[in-house]
Amino acid sequence: MYVLANRAPRLRFRRVEAKLMTHDNPVPYEIPGTVIFDGVEAQKGYALNKMCYSFNSAGNRLAFKRNEDAYCRAYGLTAEQRDAVRRRDVLALVHSGGNVYYLAKLTGIFGLGVQDIGAQQTGVTVEEFRARLAAAGG
Amino acid sequence: MAKLLGAICTSHIPAIGNAIARGTEHEPYWKPFFESYPPVREWLAKVDPDVVVMIYNDHGLNFFLDKMPTFAVGAAPEYLNDDEGWGLPTLPPFRGDPKFSWHVIEQLVHDEFDVTTCQEMLVDHAFTVPISLLWPDRSARRFGTVPVAINTVQHPLPTPARCYALGVAIGRAIESYPEDIGVVVVATGGMSHQLDGERAGFINKAFDLHCLEKIVDDPRGLTTMSIHDLVREAGTQGVELIMWLAARGALDGKVTKVHSHYHIPVSNTAAGLLLIERAA
Repeated sequence: MYVLANRAPRLRFRRVEAKLMTHDNPVPYEIPGTVIFDGVEAQKGYALNKMCYSFNSAGNRLAFKRNEDAYCRAYGLTAEQRDAVRRRDVLALVHSGGNVYYLAKLTGIFGLGVQDIGAQQTGVTVEEFRARLAAAGG
Repeated sequence: MAKLLGAICTSHIPAIGNAIARGTEHEPYWKPFFESYPPVREWLAKVDPDVVVMIYNDHGLNFFLDKMPTFAVGAAPEYLNDDEGWGLPTLPPFRGDPKFSWHVIEQLVHDEFDVTTCQEMLVDHAFTVPISLLWPDRSARRFGTVPVAINTVQHPLPTPARCYALGVAIGRAIESYPEDIGVVVVATGGMSHQLDGERAGFINKAFDLHCLEKIVDDPRGLTTMSIHDLVREAGTQGVELIMWLAARGALDGKVTKVHSHYHIPVSNTAAGLLLIERAA
């Protein structure tokens, strides 16, 4: 029998003031290592995610590769987001409003799959990351 | 009247599509996963549905953040797959059934689910990979599809309880269709996984096994969870369990488990498979 963790201790959410709270939608608690992609994140990351969405087109992927920073500027990314793109820093992109479904289209251009970005975000090698996934089945 | 023949819940991991495209299903990494599907394919060959309702989540192929419907229903004669940006081969179009779609839309809105209707709709890997898995020879099949997309991209997401209720309404809509056809509901996604953040790689086997059991015998017991509970227990992308709850809702009441399977890992994900029928 799986027992859900106690829901009572609602930790103070870091953006509590920014959230609309209703009777049915109580303040969410912090989930370690996890960004809830909500309205606050969706506003922060709109330009970044819009750029990533454009990468559904092969022509746009090519245009990005020809001049990455010009492409980022054309979509209005912040200096922080452009820097994170330049450094291929997925965690920084997530924390600057990137949604992983859209970011995957960007990291795909860099030749990074979900296990590469998993390893990068958790600071381990890809082999270690894969071993950890396999171990979850034990 | 139409008959709801059963429901299938399956993972939709893109890597599965790549394994099929490359023909690597028999390699040691993939074998235990693909070996779990033949019993479901045999069941499908036997019941031979006329319509398949596909409950899935779009990952940024058809919908962007400019307009993000919570529930969207396709009403097109065919649905195109397209480039998702990271290399999965594009598949040929999928047949629709607009007449059936509009019936479902009418019934859902009547039941106060104010869905977005889509006369054009690109379907992504969450729709295509399960169809490839369940019908490897799709060209020989005559069924039409009805895509039902549930938002899992941008919070607030619909609650587990709401998704279960949507499923109940879908089940009612199916069984009120006046023609003598057979319908199968397929829900795609899950099980536990998280692609983003410092917790990337999170898999929760104990929770998944709990869900596999509860969804058969006591699905409403799972609907008391909030979306944040689900993110915490199943990971940011593991919330896709809401699709499974919708499919289970369609068969509301007692069901029989025909087949199930659980395998870790496929890519970054715990893969789950479940086939249920209404209890005799």
